[in-house]
Amino acid sequence: MSKQLFSGSIGRKFAMALSALFLIIFLLQHFTINFTSVLSEETFNELSHFMGTNPIIQFVMQPILMFGVAFHFIMGFILEIKNRNSRAIKYAKNNGAANSSWMSRNMIWSGLFILFFLGFHFYDFWIPEMNYKYIEMKPEDPNRYYDEVVHMFASPGRVIVYCLSFVFLALHLMHGFQSAFQSMGARHDKYTPAIQKIGRAYAILIPVGFIFIAVFHYVNSL
Amino acid sequence: MSATEGLNLTLKVWRQKNDKEQGKMETYQVSDISPDSSFLEMMDILNEQLIAEDNEPVAFDHDCREGICGSCSMYINGEAHGPGREITTCQLHMREFKDGETIFIEPWRAKAFPVIKDLVVDRSAFDRVMNAGGFISVNTSGNTQDANAIPIDKHDADKAFDAATCIGCGACVASCKNASAMLFVSAKVSQLSLLPQGKVEAKERVQNMVKQMDEEGFGNCSNTGACEVECPKGISLENIARMNREYLKSGIS
Repeated sequence: MSKQLFSGSIGRKFAMALSALFLIIFLLQHFTINFTSVLSEETFNELSHFMGTNPIIQFVMQPILMFGVAFHFIMGFILEIKNRNSRAIKYAKNNGAANSSWMSRNMIWSGLFILFFLGFHFYDFWIPEMNYKYIEMKPEDPNRYYDEVVHMFASPGRVIVYCLSFVFLALHLMHGFQSAFQSMGARHDKYTPAIQKIGRAYAILIPVGFIFIAVFHYVNSL
Repeated sequence: MSATEGLNLTLKVWRQKNDKEQGKMETYQVSDISPDSSFLEMMDILNEQLIAEDNEPVAFDHDCREGICGSCSMYINGEAHGPGREITTCQLHMREFKDGETIFIEPWRAKAFPVIKDLVVDRSAFDRVMNAGGFISVNTSGNTQDANAIPIDKHDADKAFDAATCIGCGACVASCKNASAMLFVSAKVSQLSLLPQGKVEAKERVQNMVKQMDEEGFGNCSNTGACEVECPKGISLENIARMNREYLKSGIS
Protein backbone atom coordinates (compact mmCIF):
# COMPACT_ATOMS: atom_id res chain seq x y z
CA MET A 1 0.00 0.00 0.00
CA SER A 2 2.73 2.43 0.94
CA LYS A 3 4.13 2.12 -2.60
CA GLN A 4 0.88 3.39 -4.06
CA LEU A 5 0.66 5.99 -1.28
CA PHE A 6 3.69 7.86 -2.60
CA SER A 7 3.40 7.09 -6.30
CA GLY A 8 -0.17 8.38 -6.59
CA SER A 9 -1.06 12.00 -7.22
CA ILE A 10 -2.14 12.67 -3.63
CA GLY A 11 0.97 10.99 -2.23
CA ARG A 12 3.23 13.12 -4.40
CA LYS A 13 1.46 16.29 -3.26
CA PHE A 14 1.75 15.14 0.37
CA ALA A 15 5.51 14.64 -0.06
CA MET A 16 5.74 18.06 -1.72
CA ALA A 17 3.87 19.64 1.20
CA LEU A 18 6.03 17.90 3.82
CA SER A 19 9.25 19.11 2.19
CA ALA A 20 7.71 22.60 1.89
CA LEU A 21 6.92 22.75 5.61
CA PHE A 22 10.45 21.55 6.41
CA LEU A 23 11.89 24.36 4.25
CA ILE A 24 9.53 26.90 5.84
CA ILE A 25 10.86 25.95 9.28
CA PHE A 26 14.46 26.11 8.02
CA LEU A 27 13.84 29.55 6.54
CA LEU A 28 12.57 30.84 9.89
CA GLN A 29 15.72 29.57 11.61
CA HIS A 30 17.94 31.06 8.86
CA PHE A 31 16.16 34.40 9.17
CA THR A 32 16.40 34.47 12.97
CA ILE A 33 20.17 33.99 12.91
CA ASN A 34 20.69 36.47 10.07
CA PHE A 35 18.56 39.07 11.82
CA THR A 36 20.87 39.05 14.84
CA SER A 37 23.49 40.62 12.53
CA VAL A 38 21.38 43.77 12.63
CA LEU A 39 21.04 43.70 16.40
CA SER A 40 24.39 42.51 17.73
CA GLU A 41 27.69 41.68 16.05
CA GLU A 42 28.67 39.49 18.97
CA THR A 43 25.47 37.38 18.99
CA PHE A 44 25.62 36.92 15.21
CA ASN A 45 29.23 35.73 15.41
CA GLU A 46 28.43 33.37 18.27
CA LEU A 47 25.45 31.80 16.49
CA SER A 48 27.25 31.58 13.14
CA HIS A 49 30.28 29.99 14.76
CA PHE A 50 28.01 27.42 16.39
CA MET A 51 26.17 26.66 13.13
CA GLY A 52 29.42 26.54 11.17
CA THR A 53 31.34 24.26 13.49
CA ASN A 54 28.82 22.07 15.33
CA PRO A 55 29.22 18.54 13.90
CA ILE A 56 25.49 17.71 14.22
CA ILE A 57 24.57 20.86 12.25
CA GLN A 58 27.33 20.34 9.69
CA PHE A 59 27.15 16.61 9.09
CA VAL A 60 23.57 15.67 10.01
CA MET A 61 21.30 18.70 9.60
CA GLN A 62 23.06 20.14 6.55
CA PRO A 63 22.76 16.96 4.45
CA ILE A 64 19.08 16.63 5.51
CA LEU A 65 18.55 20.23 4.40
CA MET A 66 20.28 19.54 1.06
CA PHE A 67 18.07 16.52 0.55
CA GLY A 68 14.94 18.53 1.44
CA VAL A 69 15.84 21.30 -1.00
CA ALA A 70 16.69 18.88 -3.83
CA PHE A 71 13.58 16.81 -3.16
CA HIS A 72 11.28 19.86 -3.25
CA PHE A 73 12.71 21.02 -6.58
CA ILE A 74 12.82 17.60 -8.26
CA MET A 75 9.28 16.74 -7.12
CA GLY A 76 8.16 20.18 -8.28
CA PHE A 77 9.53 19.48 -11.76
CA ILE A 78 7.98 15.99 -11.84
CA LEU A 79 4.58 17.40 -10.89
CA GLU A 80 4.90 20.23 -13.41
CA ILE A 81 5.71 17.82 -16.27
CA LYS A 82 2.83 15.51 -15.34
CA ASN A 83 0.47 18.46 -15.09
CA ARG A 84 1.50 19.89 -18.44
CA ASN A 85 0.99 16.47 -20.06
CA SER A 86 -2.55 16.37 -18.72
CA ARG A 87 -3.59 19.02 -21.23
CA ALA A 88 -2.03 18.39 -24.62
CA ILE A 89 -3.90 21.16 -26.48
CA LYS A 90 -3.98 24.53 -24.75
CA TYR A 91 -6.96 26.86 -24.81
CA ALA A 92 -6.93 29.56 -27.50
CA LYS A 93 -8.26 31.91 -24.81
CA ASN A 94 -7.85 31.24 -21.10
CA ASN A 95 -8.85 33.69 -18.38
CA GLY A 96 -7.00 32.28 -15.38
CA ALA A 97 -7.21 35.57 -13.48
CA ALA A 98 -11.01 35.13 -13.29
CA ASN A 99 -10.77 32.22 -10.88
CA SER A 100 -7.32 31.99 -9.29
CA SER A 101 -4.39 34.05 -8.05
CA TRP A 102 -1.30 34.74 -10.16
CA MET A 103 0.84 33.22 -7.40
CA SER A 104 -1.04 29.93 -7.43
CA ARG A 105 -0.80 29.57 -11.21
CA ASN A 106 2.89 30.44 -11.42
CA MET A 107 4.53 28.43 -8.63
CA ILE A 108 6.89 26.87 -11.19
CA TRP A 109 8.16 30.31 -12.29
CA SER A 110 8.59 31.73 -8.78
CA GLY A 111 10.17 28.38 -7.86
CA LEU A 112 12.58 28.52 -10.80
CA PHE A 113 13.65 32.04 -9.82
CA ILE A 114 14.29 30.82 -6.28
CA LEU A 115 16.31 27.92 -7.75
CA PHE A 116 18.36 30.41 -9.73
CA PHE A 117 18.91 32.37 -6.53
CA LEU A 118 19.92 29.25 -4.61
CA GLY A 119 22.48 28.48 -7.31
CA PHE A 120 23.86 31.99 -6.90
CA HIS A 121 23.73 31.77 -3.10
CA PHE A 122 25.63 28.46 -3.17
CA TYR A 123 28.26 29.88 -5.51
CA ASP A 124 28.45 33.10 -3.57
CA PHE A 125 28.38 31.83 -0.01
CA TRP A 126 28.26 28.10 0.50
CA ILE A 127 31.13 27.01 -1.80
CA PRO A 128 33.59 29.63 -0.40
CA GLU A 129 32.52 28.58 3.12
CA MET A 130 33.11 24.87 2.40
CA ASN A 131 36.40 25.78 0.73
CA TYR A 132 37.47 27.82 3.76
CA LYS A 133 36.64 25.08 6.24
CA TYR A 134 37.19 21.73 4.56
CA ILE A 135 39.52 22.24 1.57
CA GLU A 136 41.93 25.01 2.53
CA MET A 137 41.42 23.96 6.18
CA LYS A 138 41.94 27.49 7.42
CA PRO A 139 41.90 27.87 11.21
CA GLU A 140 38.47 28.84 12.56
CA ASP A 141 38.11 32.48 13.53
CA PRO A 142 34.89 32.83 15.60
CA ASN A 143 34.74 36.55 14.84
CA ARG A 144 34.95 36.40 11.03
CA TYR A 145 31.22 35.95 10.25
CA TYR A 146 29.93 39.46 10.90
CA ASP A 147 32.71 41.06 8.81
CA GLU A 148 32.01 38.61 5.98
CA VAL A 149 28.30 39.52 5.91
CA VAL A 150 29.03 43.24 6.00
CA HIS A 151 31.54 42.81 3.18
CA MET A 152 29.01 40.77 1.12
CA PHE A 153 26.26 43.36 1.29
CA ALA A 154 28.55 46.27 0.46
CA SER A 155 28.04 45.26 -3.19
CA PRO A 156 24.90 46.91 -4.66
CA GLY A 157 24.59 44.26 -7.44
CA ARG A 158 24.41 41.47 -4.86
CA VAL A 159 21.88 43.40 -2.77
CA ILE A 160 19.63 43.85 -5.83
CA VAL A 161 19.78 40.13 -6.74
CA TYR A 162 19.02 39.17 -3.13
CA CYS A 163 16.11 41.62 -2.81
CA LEU A 164 14.56 40.55 -6.12
CA SER A 165 14.85 36.90 -5.12
CA PHE A 166 13.05 37.56 -1.86
CA VAL A 167 10.17 39.14 -3.78
CA PHE A 168 9.80 35.85 -5.69
CA LEU A 169 10.12 33.95 -2.42
CA ALA A 170 7.25 36.04 -1.02
CA LEU A 171 5.09 35.26 -4.07
CA HIS A 172 5.93 31.55 -3.77
CA LEU A 173 5.10 31.45 -0.06
CA MET A 174 1.91 33.48 -0.47
CA HIS A 175 0.33 30.46 -2.16
CA GLY A 176 2.63 27.70 -0.95
CA PHE A 177 2.19 28.07 2.81
CA GLN A 178 -1.56 27.47 2.97
CA SER A 179 -1.44 25.12 -0.01
CA ALA A 180 0.85 22.75 1.91
CA PHE A 181 -1.76 22.38 4.64
CA GLN A 182 -4.53 21.75 2.09
CA SER A 183 -2.40 19.07 0.36
CA MET A 184 -2.00 17.28 3.67
CA GLY A 185 -5.74 17.42 4.25
CA ALA A 186 -5.34 19.85 7.17
CA ARG A 187 -8.43 21.97 6.64
CA HIS A 188 -10.97 22.94 9.26
CA ASP A 189 -13.55 25.71 9.47
CA LYS A 190 -12.03 26.82 12.79
CA TYR A 191 -8.30 26.66 11.97
CA THR A 192 -7.96 27.24 8.22
CA PRO A 193 -8.64 31.01 8.35
CA ALA A 194 -5.88 31.28 10.98
CA ILE A 195 -3.49 29.14 8.89
CA GLN A 196 -4.16 31.37 5.88
CA LYS A 197 -3.50 34.53 7.92
CA ILE A 198 -0.28 33.12 9.40
CA GLY A 199 0.75 32.05 5.89
CA ARG A 200 0.23 35.54 4.47
CA ALA A 201 2.05 37.12 7.42
CA TYR A 202 4.97 34.67 7.05
CA ALA A 203 5.10 35.20 3.25
CA ILE A 204 5.44 38.95 3.75
CA LEU A 205 7.42 39.30 7.00
CA ILE A 206 10.23 36.80 6.35
CA PRO A 207 11.16 38.04 2.83
CA VAL A 208 10.78 41.68 3.91
CA GLY A 209 12.99 40.88 6.91
CA PHE A 210 15.67 39.36 4.66
CA ILE A 211 15.46 42.42 2.37
CA PHE A 212 15.82 44.65 5.42
CA ILE A 213 18.99 42.82 6.54
CA ALA A 214 20.58 43.18 3.09
CA VAL A 215 19.64 46.85 2.72
CA PHE A 216 20.67 47.61 6.34
CA HIS A 217 24.21 46.33 5.79
CA TYR A 218 24.44 48.03 2.40
CA VAL A 219 23.38 51.40 3.79
CA ASN A 220 25.83 50.99 6.70
CA SER A 221 28.63 50.33 4.24
CA LEU A 222 28.12 53.64 2.42
CA MET B 1 -39.69 41.23 -24.14
CA SER B 2 -36.60 43.27 -23.66
CA ALA B 3 -36.30 46.73 -25.12
CA THR B 4 -32.56 46.16 -25.64
CA GLU B 5 -31.44 45.85 -29.23
CA GLY B 6 -30.11 42.59 -30.64
CA LEU B 7 -26.40 41.81 -30.37
CA ASN B 8 -24.04 41.41 -33.31
CA LEU B 9 -21.26 39.04 -32.36
CA THR B 10 -18.14 37.43 -33.79
CA LEU B 11 -17.80 33.81 -32.69
CA LYS B 12 -14.52 31.91 -32.76
CA VAL B 13 -15.54 28.28 -32.48
CA TRP B 14 -13.42 25.12 -32.28
CA ARG B 15 -14.29 22.84 -35.21
CA GLN B 16 -13.03 19.28 -35.32
CA LYS B 17 -14.51 16.59 -37.59
CA ASN B 18 -13.77 13.64 -35.31
CA ASP B 19 -11.37 12.33 -32.69
CA LYS B 20 -8.75 11.44 -35.33
CA GLU B 21 -8.43 14.68 -37.28
CA GLN B 22 -6.91 17.89 -36.01
CA GLY B 23 -9.26 20.76 -35.34
CA LYS B 24 -8.99 24.53 -35.63
CA MET B 25 -10.79 27.73 -34.63
CA GLU B 26 -13.33 28.96 -37.20
CA THR B 27 -14.86 32.44 -37.24
CA TYR B 28 -18.61 33.03 -37.61
CA GLN B 29 -20.82 36.11 -37.43
CA VAL B 30 -24.23 36.12 -35.79
CA SER B 31 -26.51 39.13 -35.75
CA ASP B 32 -29.54 40.42 -33.91
CA ILE B 33 -29.17 38.00 -31.00
CA SER B 34 -31.63 38.78 -28.21
CA PRO B 35 -29.87 39.62 -24.92
CA ASP B 36 -32.58 37.51 -23.26
CA SER B 37 -31.64 34.34 -25.11
CA SER B 38 -29.50 31.75 -23.43
CA PHE B 39 -26.04 30.93 -24.74
CA LEU B 40 -27.28 27.58 -26.06
CA GLU B 41 -30.15 29.33 -27.88
CA MET B 42 -27.54 31.55 -29.52
CA MET B 43 -25.70 28.39 -30.57
CA ASP B 44 -28.98 27.03 -31.98
CA ILE B 45 -29.37 30.21 -34.05
CA LEU B 46 -25.79 29.82 -35.31
CA ASN B 47 -26.51 26.21 -36.28
CA GLU B 48 -29.73 27.14 -38.13
CA GLN B 49 -27.70 29.74 -39.99
CA LEU B 50 -25.01 27.14 -40.84
CA ILE B 51 -27.61 24.60 -42.02
CA ALA B 52 -29.27 27.27 -44.19
CA GLU B 53 -25.88 27.96 -45.73
CA ASP B 54 -25.46 24.21 -46.33
CA ASN B 55 -22.64 23.97 -43.80
CA GLU B 56 -22.11 21.43 -41.01
CA PRO B 57 -23.70 22.65 -37.75
CA VAL B 58 -21.53 22.90 -34.61
CA ALA B 59 -21.84 19.79 -32.45
CA PHE B 60 -22.26 20.54 -28.74
CA ASP B 61 -23.62 18.65 -25.73
CA HIS B 62 -26.90 19.73 -24.16
CA ASP B 63 -29.86 18.07 -22.52
CA CYS B 64 -31.98 19.51 -19.70
CA ARG B 65 -31.19 23.17 -20.37
CA GLU B 66 -32.01 24.01 -16.77
CA GLY B 67 -28.66 23.55 -15.06
CA ILE B 68 -29.03 20.09 -13.57
CA CYS B 69 -27.80 17.54 -16.11
CA GLY B 70 -24.22 18.75 -16.53
CA SER B 71 -24.20 18.09 -20.29
CA CYS B 72 -23.38 21.52 -21.70
CA SER B 73 -19.65 21.90 -21.58
CA MET B 74 -18.28 24.92 -23.39
CA TYR B 75 -15.19 26.92 -22.47
CA ILE B 76 -16.39 30.44 -23.22
CA ASN B 77 -14.01 33.41 -23.30
CA GLY B 78 -11.47 31.55 -21.22
CA GLU B 79 -13.82 30.21 -18.53
CA ALA B 80 -15.79 27.00 -18.09
CA HIS B 81 -19.46 27.81 -18.75
CA GLY B 82 -18.39 31.39 -19.51
CA PRO B 83 -18.56 34.37 -17.17
CA GLY B 84 -20.94 34.19 -14.22
CA ARG B 85 -20.79 32.08 -11.09
CA GLU B 86 -22.56 28.83 -10.17
CA ILE B 87 -24.18 28.46 -13.58
CA THR B 88 -23.94 26.04 -16.47
CA THR B 89 -23.76 27.20 -20.10
CA CYS B 90 -27.53 26.79 -20.54
CA GLN B 91 -28.02 29.24 -17.65
CA LEU B 92 -25.69 31.80 -19.20
CA HIS B 93 -27.54 34.62 -20.95
CA MET B 94 -26.45 36.75 -23.86
CA ARG B 95 -26.96 39.91 -21.77
CA GLU B 96 -23.56 39.08 -20.25
CA PHE B 97 -21.95 40.04 -23.58
CA LYS B 98 -21.55 43.38 -25.33
CA ASP B 99 -22.61 44.24 -28.86
CA GLY B 100 -19.68 43.74 -31.25
CA GLU B 101 -17.83 41.41 -28.85
CA THR B 102 -15.72 38.46 -30.03
CA ILE B 103 -16.52 35.28 -28.12
CA PHE B 104 -14.16 32.30 -27.99
CA ILE B 105 -15.97 28.95 -27.72
CA GLU B 106 -13.83 25.87 -27.08
CA PRO B 107 -14.33 22.32 -25.82
CA TRP B 108 -13.10 21.18 -22.36
CA ARG B 109 -9.37 20.67 -22.80
CA ALA B 110 -7.89 17.64 -21.00
CA LYS B 111 -6.00 14.56 -22.08
CA ALA B 112 -8.59 12.53 -20.15
CA PHE B 113 -11.46 14.23 -22.05
CA PRO B 114 -10.67 13.64 -25.75
CA VAL B 115 -12.71 15.63 -28.27
CA ILE B 116 -15.28 13.52 -30.10
CA LYS B 117 -16.46 16.27 -32.43
CA ASP B 118 -16.35 20.10 -32.33
CA LEU B 119 -17.33 21.03 -28.74
CA VAL B 120 -18.31 17.52 -27.63
CA VAL B 121 -15.81 15.70 -25.41
CA ASP B 122 -15.75 12.16 -24.07
CA ARG B 123 -16.27 12.39 -20.32
CA SER B 124 -16.50 8.64 -19.74
CA ALA B 125 -13.30 8.89 -17.63
CA PHE B 126 -15.63 10.16 -14.88
CA ASP B 127 -17.83 7.07 -15.31
CA ARG B 128 -14.81 4.81 -14.92
CA VAL B 129 -13.77 6.66 -11.74
CA MET B 130 -17.30 6.11 -10.40
CA ASN B 131 -17.19 2.44 -11.37
CA ALA B 132 -13.98 2.08 -9.38
CA GLY B 133 -15.65 2.97 -6.07
CA GLY B 134 -18.39 5.58 -6.32
CA PHE B 135 -21.06 3.34 -4.80
CA ILE B 136 -22.09 1.55 -1.62
CA SER B 137 -22.67 -2.19 -1.51
CA VAL B 138 -26.19 -2.62 -0.13
CA ASN B 139 -27.61 -5.92 1.00
CA THR B 140 -30.77 -6.44 -1.06
CA SER B 141 -31.76 -9.75 0.52
CA GLY B 142 -34.97 -8.31 1.91
CA ASN B 143 -33.51 -7.51 5.34
CA THR B 144 -32.26 -4.07 4.35
CA GLN B 145 -32.32 -1.63 7.25
CA ASP B 146 -34.37 1.52 6.76
CA ALA B 147 -31.81 4.28 6.11
CA ASN B 148 -33.85 6.69 8.23
CA ALA B 149 -33.38 4.42 11.25
CA ILE B 150 -29.69 5.39 11.44
CA PRO B 151 -29.14 8.73 13.22
CA ILE B 152 -26.84 11.03 11.24
CA ASP B 153 -25.24 14.24 12.48
CA LYS B 154 -26.94 17.19 10.77
CA HIS B 155 -23.62 18.79 9.80
CA ASP B 156 -22.39 15.59 8.17
CA ALA B 157 -25.70 15.12 6.37
CA ASP B 158 -25.52 18.70 5.07
CA LYS B 159 -21.93 18.29 3.90
CA ALA B 160 -22.72 14.98 2.19
CA PHE B 161 -25.69 16.58 0.48
CA ASP B 162 -23.62 19.58 -0.65
CA ALA B 163 -21.05 17.20 -2.13
CA ALA B 164 -23.82 15.19 -3.79
CA THR B 165 -24.99 18.23 -5.75
CA CYS B 166 -22.01 17.66 -8.11
CA ILE B 167 -23.47 17.07 -11.57
CA GLY B 168 -20.25 15.65 -13.03
CA CYS B 169 -20.05 18.29 -15.75
CA GLY B 170 -16.24 18.43 -15.76
CA ALA B 171 -15.93 22.22 -15.37
CA CYS B 172 -13.40 21.56 -12.58
CA VAL B 173 -11.15 19.62 -14.95
CA ALA B 174 -11.60 22.20 -17.71
CA SER B 175 -10.77 25.14 -15.40
CA CYS B 176 -7.83 23.56 -13.59
CA LYS B 177 -4.48 24.57 -15.06
CA ASN B 178 -3.42 20.93 -14.53
CA ALA B 179 -6.68 19.37 -15.82
CA SER B 180 -7.03 17.77 -12.39
CA ALA B 181 -10.24 15.93 -11.47
CA MET B 182 -9.73 16.27 -7.71
CA LEU B 183 -12.86 18.35 -7.09
CA PHE B 184 -15.13 15.85 -8.87
CA VAL B 185 -13.55 12.76 -7.30
CA SER B 186 -13.43 14.34 -3.84
CA ALA B 187 -17.11 15.32 -4.04
CA LYS B 188 -18.01 11.73 -4.86
CA VAL B 189 -15.72 10.34 -2.14
CA SER B 190 -17.16 12.81 0.40
CA GLN B 191 -20.83 12.30 -0.32
CA LEU B 192 -20.45 8.60 0.46
CA SER B 193 -17.81 8.53 3.18
CA LEU B 194 -19.56 11.15 5.35
CA LEU B 195 -22.56 8.87 5.79
CA PRO B 196 -22.69 5.65 7.85
CA GLN B 197 -23.63 3.47 4.87
CA GLY B 198 -20.59 4.68 2.97
CA LYS B 199 -18.08 4.46 5.82
CA VAL B 200 -17.87 0.66 5.58
CA GLU B 201 -16.03 0.76 2.24
CA ALA B 202 -14.39 4.18 2.73
CA LYS B 203 -10.79 2.91 2.64
CA GLU B 204 -11.08 0.82 -0.53
CA ARG B 205 -13.22 3.47 -2.18
CA VAL B 206 -10.76 6.33 -1.86
CA GLN B 207 -7.84 4.15 -2.93
CA ASN B 208 -9.62 2.74 -5.97
CA MET B 209 -11.13 6.02 -7.13
CA VAL B 210 -7.82 7.92 -6.81
CA LYS B 211 -5.99 5.10 -8.62
CA GLN B 212 -8.50 5.22 -11.48
CA MET B 213 -8.32 9.04 -11.54
CA ASP B 214 -4.53 8.83 -11.96
CA GLU B 215 -4.79 6.14 -14.64
CA GLU B 216 -7.16 8.29 -16.68
CA GLY B 217 -4.42 10.92 -17.03
CA PHE B 218 -5.85 13.78 -14.97
CA GLY B 219 -3.25 16.15 -13.48
CA ASN B 220 -2.33 16.83 -9.85
CA CYS B 221 -4.03 19.40 -7.66
CA SER B 222 -2.11 22.69 -7.20
CA ASN B 223 -4.76 24.14 -4.85
CA THR B 224 -5.32 27.17 -7.10
CA GLY B 225 -9.03 27.03 -6.28
CA ALA B 226 -10.09 27.66 -9.91
CA CYS B 227 -12.33 24.54 -9.85
CA GLU B 228 -14.30 25.76 -6.84
CA VAL B 229 -14.88 29.18 -8.44
CA GLU B 230 -16.01 27.75 -11.79
CA CYS B 231 -18.08 24.85 -10.38
CA PRO B 232 -21.76 25.39 -11.29
CA LYS B 233 -22.75 23.79 -7.98
CA GLY B 234 -20.22 25.56 -5.76
CA ILE B 235 -18.55 22.33 -4.58
CA SER B 236 -16.02 23.32 -1.88
CA LEU B 237 -12.27 22.67 -1.78
CA GLU B 238 -13.02 21.27 1.67
CA ASN B 239 -13.91 18.04 -0.15
CA ILE B 240 -10.42 17.82 -1.66
CA ALA B 241 -8.85 18.20 1.79
CA ARG B 242 -11.19 15.48 3.09
CA MET B 243 -10.21 13.15 0.25
CA ASN B 244 -6.50 13.85 0.87
CA ARG B 245 -7.03 12.99 4.55
CA GLU B 246 -8.92 9.81 3.77
CA TYR B 247 -6.39 8.72 1.17
CA LEU B 248 -3.38 9.31 3.42
CA LYS B 249 -5.16 7.62 6.34
CA SER B 250 -6.05 4.63 4.16
CA GLY B 251 -2.40 4.27 3.15
CA ILE B 252 -1.11 3.90 6.69
CA SER B 253 -3.93 1.97 8.35
